[in-house]
Amino acid sequence: MRNVVSSVIAIALLTAFFGFVYPFVMTGFAQVAFKHQANASLIERNGRVVGSKLAAQEFKSPRYFHERPSATVPAYNAGGTTFANLGPTNPDLAKNVKAAAKAILKLEGPYNPGLTIRQIPVDAVTTSGSGIDPDISPAYAELQARRIAAERKLPLSTVQKLIKENTDGRSWGFFGEPGVNVLELNLALDRQGGK
Amino acid sequence: MSGQGIGQIVVYALALVVLGYPLGLYMARVYADGAFAAHGWLGWLDWIERGFYRIVRTQREKEQDWKSYGITVLVFSVLFWGLLYLIQRAQGHLFLNPDGMKGVPSHLSLNTAASFVTNTNWQFYGGEYTMSYLTQMAGLAVQNFVSAAVGMAVLVAVVRGIARRSAGTLGNFWVDLYRSLVYILLPLAVVVSTILIWQGVPQTLHGHATATTLQGAQQTIARGPVASQIAIKQLGTNGGGFYNSNSAVPFENPTGLSNFVEMLAILLIPAAQVFMFGKMVFNRRHALAVFAAMFIVFAIGISVNLPAEQHGSQVLRNSGVNITQGHGQSGGNMSDKEVRFGQAVSTNWTVATSDASNGSVNNGFDAQTAAGGAVPLVNLFLGEVIFGGVGSGLYGMFFYIVVAVFVAGLMVGRTPEWLGKKIEAREIKYAAVGALFVPTMVLVLTALSIATKSGVASIFNSGVHGFTETLYAYDSQSNNNGSAFAGFGVTNFSAYFGAIAMLLGRFVPMFAGLALAGALARKKVTPVSAGTFRTDGPTFVVLLIGVIALTAGLMIFPALTLGPIVEGLTH
Repeated sequence: MRNVVSSVIAIALLTAFFGFVYPFVMTGFAQVAFKHQANASLIERNGRVVGSKLAAQEFKSPRYFHERPSATVPAYNAGGTTFANLGPTNPDLAKNVKAAAKAILKLEGPYNPGLTIRQIPVDAVTTSGSGIDPDISPAYAELQARRIAAERKLPLSTVQKLIKENTDGRSWGFFGEPGVNVLELNLALDRQGGK
Repeated sequence: MSGQGIGQIVVYALALVVLGYPLGLYMARVYADGAFAAHGWLGWLDWIERGFYRIVRTQREKEQDWKSYGITVLVFSVLFWGLLYLIQRAQGHLFLNPDGMKGVPSHLSLNTAASFVTNTNWQFYGGEYTMSYLTQMAGLAVQNFVSAAVGMAVLVAVVRGIARRSAGTLGNFWVDLYRSLVYILLPLAVVVSTILIWQGVPQTLHGHATATTLQGAQQTIARGPVASQIAIKQLGTNGGGFYNSNSAVPFENPTGLSNFVEMLAILLIPAAQVFMFGKMVFNRRHALAVFAAMFIVFAIGISVNLPAEQHGSQVLRNSGVNITQGHGQSGGNMSDKEVRFGQAVSTNWTVATSDASNGSVNNGFDAQTAAGGAVPLVNLFLGEVIFGGVGSGLYGMFFYIVVAVFVAGLMVGRTPEWLGKKIEAREIKYAAVGALFVPTMVLVLTALSIATKSGVASIFNSGVHGFTETLYAYDSQSNNNGSAFAGFGVTNFSAYFGAIAMLLGRFVPMFAGLALAGALARKKVTPVSAGTFRTDGPTFVVLLIGVIALTAGLMIFPALTLGPIVEGLTH
């Protein structure tokens, strides 16, 4: 009985402190010191929110760089993340990879004569962990560069320069792997103009 | 496998030792008898601490024996479980619910409450579309703190039992709980949250954001008080994500640096506790030997998982796409993995989270190769004693140490001793229960689930992989890990069985540990002689690893052959 009374009191105190005081203080601090990050790193263009630096969004137009495949419903749902959960021997995995590779060959082939499946980097045909991976590998960006250059009538070197500028390197040059942020890259393309 | 990738893992291991050692010594001081912060400008901390004891009607000096300690833990946990259940059920009618989440269904609330109270954080739900901010903050995140602190408190009590001579008591639960929370977890959580917010993890009370994408579609972006919860979910080896895809989601884990910090937070306290143990029993060399054994098993996990994932699955290799590392990609099995992490970092996380009872993931385990996915599966089955969960890992390791010492005693024909205490029939019994109960339960529950229609209904991938999914689910819940082959779905059957697995998996070993400590505390210490089996050299390290491999390792081997081994052979 003694334990019950002590426990009830402790539960109330601990919930009040760790459930409210701690997160509220951290929220207050975050909203003052890191307002942009604290509100989900939203990106605005002409005063309208067009997405977040940290979430992939769907790009279908050939004038834009495309994201990795996504298993969320609908694709790139930043309010319902998920893995694809297809096991390494699941026939659906083979089917999906094959279909994705075929679509890429069809899309990029005309701009890259002689393109073979061997040149498609693996991240281009596999779902990401979150379903909203904002990055593609530099190799996949490079593969798409000729299409973008042709569609936007930009010199290839300009597109490649933009890829480089929108590649997030490893943190401190050491931690993690480099990735190209697709939304930021596409925004930079739009700013660049071209026809 | 690049030198750069391996370099990242080496730096991680070094950081673990460099930060873990001083933290361990600090923790030994935190739990020492008497006031911790009574002097100088920190005096107000002691004033608050004493206030807490007054309010919960205890005194710092009033110690408990192992039974009383255990019962307090149990009552406290059960009541907290009830609160967490109620919050989930009622969240639709409560405040801090900007996105209008409805009440969580009964079977799911029950499973989730058990999951968080037992430090498991198994998730049959997707956080960002199931839980209100109130549930996340005041329900789940509170348990991230409290269940971790309970584990830490029990460990300290057990270590006191080992260290004390002819003693009847192990400490006061409320004191150990308070000190774990306020002097260890809270400051670390504030530091880690701050780094995460800076790196891009949201921390807001605003509801979801809506964006109009460049191509004109509407996109919902879930956010909330994420960073404060993620920090403690890693530090407390909880692992329950704010988002469904856990730490693979950029909002939980946006950069290489945030990933490194979170990964470090997973094993930091468990590693420090080994050094704390050495300090508290006045035998640093023994603690070093235990640390070395853990470290070796950790390294083995890395060296199996990384090559397997870098080599990629048969499907990807046969598809013809380029999976070779280099030229602007990290290559390998990128299924359910994120570009900013690549292979080396994903492996490092996989091994760290399954060595500990953390269970958060930065990549999807269901999609890992047969050999790669077998690594976390085995790590869990060993009882998460490789550093392990906060508290529970090390007291789990104690069971193996007792068995190892006993085996050594049999071999040389002497009464086994551990740190000067004679290990007799009673201690062996407690250690055997502690070491074998959970693995046995895993196998039984897996068998039941596979043999019944309602059990099989949870399986997502058909065939052999479906068996592995099931085995992993009960392995993970019984061992209070919480990671998953996440295709495994929720049904009434899996929710209730899972809840039972988590509760028994938490409290049976905990009571075995406390009972062992109670028995050891009463013993006298025999002086070291020439015939004493040394527990601080390489021989002991090898013996300890051998005992772990022989007990739990052999138990899971038949199940492994049915799952990952068959899968690895079929193509």
